This record gives sequence, C-alpha cells and structure tokens, in this order.
Amino acid sequence: MGGSPRSVGVLALQGDFREHIAVVDGLGSTGIAVRKPEELDRVDGLIIPGGESTVMDKLSRLYGMADAVKAKIADGLPVYGTCAGLIMLADTVLDAITGQQSFGGLDVSVRRNAFGNQLDSFETDLAIPAVGADPLHAVFIRAPIVETVGPKVETLAALDDGRVVAVRQGALLGTSFHPEITGDTRFHRFFLSTLG
Amino acid sequence: MTDSTVLASGSVSNGQTESSVGTSRVKRGLAEMLKGGVIMDVVNAEQAKIAEDAGATAVMALERVPADIRAQGGVARMSDPDLIDGIVAAVSIPVMAKARIGHFVEAQVLQALGVDYIDESEVLSPADYVNHIDKWDFTVPFVCGATNLGEALRRITEGAAMIRSKGEAGTGDVSEATKHIRTIKGEIRALSSKSPDELFVAAKELQAPYDLVVEIARTGKLPVVLFTAGGVATPADAALMMQLGADGVFVGSGIFKSGDPAKRAAAIVRATTYFEDPAIIAEASRGLGEAMVGINVADVPAPHRLATRGW
Repeated sequence: MGGSPRSVGVLALQGDFREHIAVVDGLGSTGIAVRKPEELDRVDGLIIPGGESTVMDKLSRLYGMADAVKAKIADGLPVYGTCAGLIMLADTVLDAITGQQSFGGLDVSVRRNAFGNQLDSFETDLAIPAVGADPLHAVFIRAPIVETVGPKVETLAALDDGRVVAVRQGALLGTSFHPEITGDTRFHRFFLSTLG
Repeated sequence: MTDSTVLASGSVSNGQTESSVGTSRVKRGLAEMLKGGVIMDVVNAEQAKIAEDAGATAVMALERVPADIRAQGGVARMSDPDLIDGIVAAVSIPVMAKARIGHFVEAQVLQALGVDYIDESEVLSPADYVNHIDKWDFTVPFVCGATNLGEALRRITEGAAMIRSKGEAGTGDVSEATKHIRTIKGEIRALSSKSPDELFVAAKELQAPYDLVVEIARTGKLPVVLFTAGGVATPADAALMMQLGADGVFVGSGIFKSGDPAKRAAAIVRATTYFEDPAIIAEASRGLGEAMVGINVADVPAPHRLATRGW
C-alpha cells in the first residue's frame, strides 16, 4: 500500500473495535477509538466494528454520534462496516427491534441474525476477486445477510447459494463477516486503499 | 445453514464450499462481539425485553437471580425450558443460560434449546464437585467463572470460550469482583515478566498447561475474552471493572433488584462504554432510585460464598 499513513477512526461504542484498531495499526495507518462526534473530525475513514447493532444504535443516538456519522457519510467519508457495522450502514434493517435505527447510506436491506442462533455461526472460504485471487477465510457470527441490493450497489462477495455477504457503494463498504479476527488483512488493505 | 444438523463441532454442508461450525474461532468470536457491553441476568421474557431495550449486549437466563438464590436457599438448577424458550423468542440479542458446574446433561438440554452461550456457573448448585463439563464436546460456546489465573486457564483447557471473573454474586458488594479481576490481571502481568526457564514452574504453580502459560506470557492476555461479574450494582461499579481491564460486565441481581430496572440498566450500559469519562458516569449515576440493598461480603459466612464453588 503506498501513500501517507492515514488516521482511521473505529466506532468504539461497543464490540470488537480493538481488533480493528490492531489491524489498522499493523498496516501502518493509525487506528483511533471514536466515541464522540468531535473525534470524527480527525479521521480519514471510519470502521464500524462487529458487536450488537441494537446497542450501537442506542449509544450512538445518546451523544449526537448518530447524526455526526450520518453527516460524514453524506460528505463522502469512506466507511467500512463489519457484521453489526454492515447493519448500521444499511438503509433498511430487517428483523430489527422496535424503534431500531441505522445510519444508512448503503442502498440495501440487511436481515439481522439471518443464519439463526450461535449454533449456526460458521467459518468458510469465500471468493472475493476485488481483494485478490486467493479465497478469503471468512467468519460469520450470528451474521446478517444482504437481502436486496439497490442499482448503485456492487456485490463483492456471495455464498455459493447466492446470498450476498459483501457490498460496496461509493465510499461505503460492508461485510457480513469479520476479517478483523482472522489475521487476513486484505479486506482492510482494500478499504485503506480507498481513503482519499 | 438453517436446515443443517448441528450436533458437535465439524463440517456441515449448507450449499457452501466446506464450512465449519462450532470451531474455537466461532465460539470465541461471539464473545469478542459482546465486548464493551453489559450482559444482564433475566428470569423471564418481560425482563429480557427490558434488558434489550436498555442496551444489553446479551441476556443471561436463569431461574432466580443470585440475590434470591442466596435469600431462599435450596438447590439452584437450570431454568425451565419454557422460560428459556420465552426469553429466546422475546429478544434478538444473544441469549445465554446457566447450567450447574459439571452438569453436562443440563448443558446438552440448553444446546438443544438453541441458546447462544452456556454459563457453567457457580451461582447454581454444583452437580459435580470434581469435574467440570468437557466443553469441547459442544457446538455451543461456554463461559466459566474464575477467581484467579490458574482457574481461568483450567476452564480454557476444558474448552471455555469466554471467562468471567466471579466476584460474589447476589451481594451488590463489588469488592470480590475487584479482587478477582485484579488477581487475574496481576498474575498475567507477573507471567509476562518471567524468563522462559521460569515458566515451567509457573505452570506447575498455576496448575495449568505449560503451552497455555507460555502463550499468556508471550501475549500478555488471555486467549479468550475476560468479563467480570458478581456484585456490580451501579454505573460506577461497571466503569471500575472496565478501568481495571475487564472486556465487559455481567450484571446479575443489581438491575432487577433495584428500584427502576430500565433506567439503571441503561445507565450501566452508558457507563460501560464511557468508562473513562467521569462526567458521563456522573450523569449516568443521577436519579436512578434505590440500588439493590446488598449484603457486605464480609457478613456472608464462608460456606455460603458462591465464588469458592469451582476449582
């Protein structure tokens, strides 16, 4: 990866934000835990980690974080969401709890816990040409699925049965799975390469 | 995936190129996603819904909260499956449920009910005073309690995918939780400072496998997520645990034995995220109504202390 080091915010309200920060740091950029709106002004990109989307939603609305993230998305800030992060980026969330909101930005509908409970969590290899020729080992933990995809959304990866698990639209990137816990950094490098 | 039969860890066919369920990575991974969050004890679907609405990352289903187990005495067991089904149906966040130490059939039942995590818990009456459950036998992940590093490593060796420091459940007194998280963290720091030739005897003293001890010494942390539990009753208690290095917090009796459970639960969630921000913890601590009454751990006679169960 060429270019100067970047500051990448990781939304640190809840979830595996430390794993994302470690991956970003390991790739020569600087990962910064972000919990307050003003902290967003210092970053070149944002990662929304895995965790519980219901919790992230509630906490992000408490101190103005939700509005701040939405404004940054509207301004074109590159944002990558994994699992719960993908849910937070989806315009439509299926099987949400009453009153649950998302930041939106990705013209997709995403279903929470689409595979079932933890007994159905799994790991597998996925072909993702956008990040390289070799398959990427992907871990799905009570994972969501992208059910419908708008016209401007590019599908980056799908399971063999066609269910969509990685998408991109403009500066926004979302995956159902967790590259931050496998040691394969190609997805993070792919995201970092999109930072301005 | 939904049609696949899942009994033990292994490969399944779900129309996908070779996929695996019940692996260590998948089991430990769910705990990673719960980090920075609050897991709340609930005894029925109504409480589970209140917990979810307040921002719990998961709920823990049990028959009676620890304060009631302590007050009422008697043998405490796994919840009625109807209650667990009701809780699973009521919420979309992960549902954990408690099985007695060593009671692998209660664990089999909980796995069959489709819970997301099993807590092999000292809060219930042990079913086996010698052996814990062989947790490698299960697809569902387990969390286990520990009062010190050796105990944590023995549980991990048996297959636990998450550890919680025990504290003294059902007291509302956070002092034992403080002691246990400090002990575990302190013992990890001590290992990190040892030279390689000292790790053999360290493994002997910890009564834990040498390879695991070497891994802890090298990485400076447990290979699984470490939450804390037992006596957390206020937002400041939760933030204290986080500042002491916990990855997240279990709150048992502290919520539903208080005057305003929904408000207190939301406040504890807020203090857990903003644990380094005293102004926010102060704000979260205001006007919560009555905290659970509580018992000083020093007033609990030794035979009635739950933390001594498990070894």
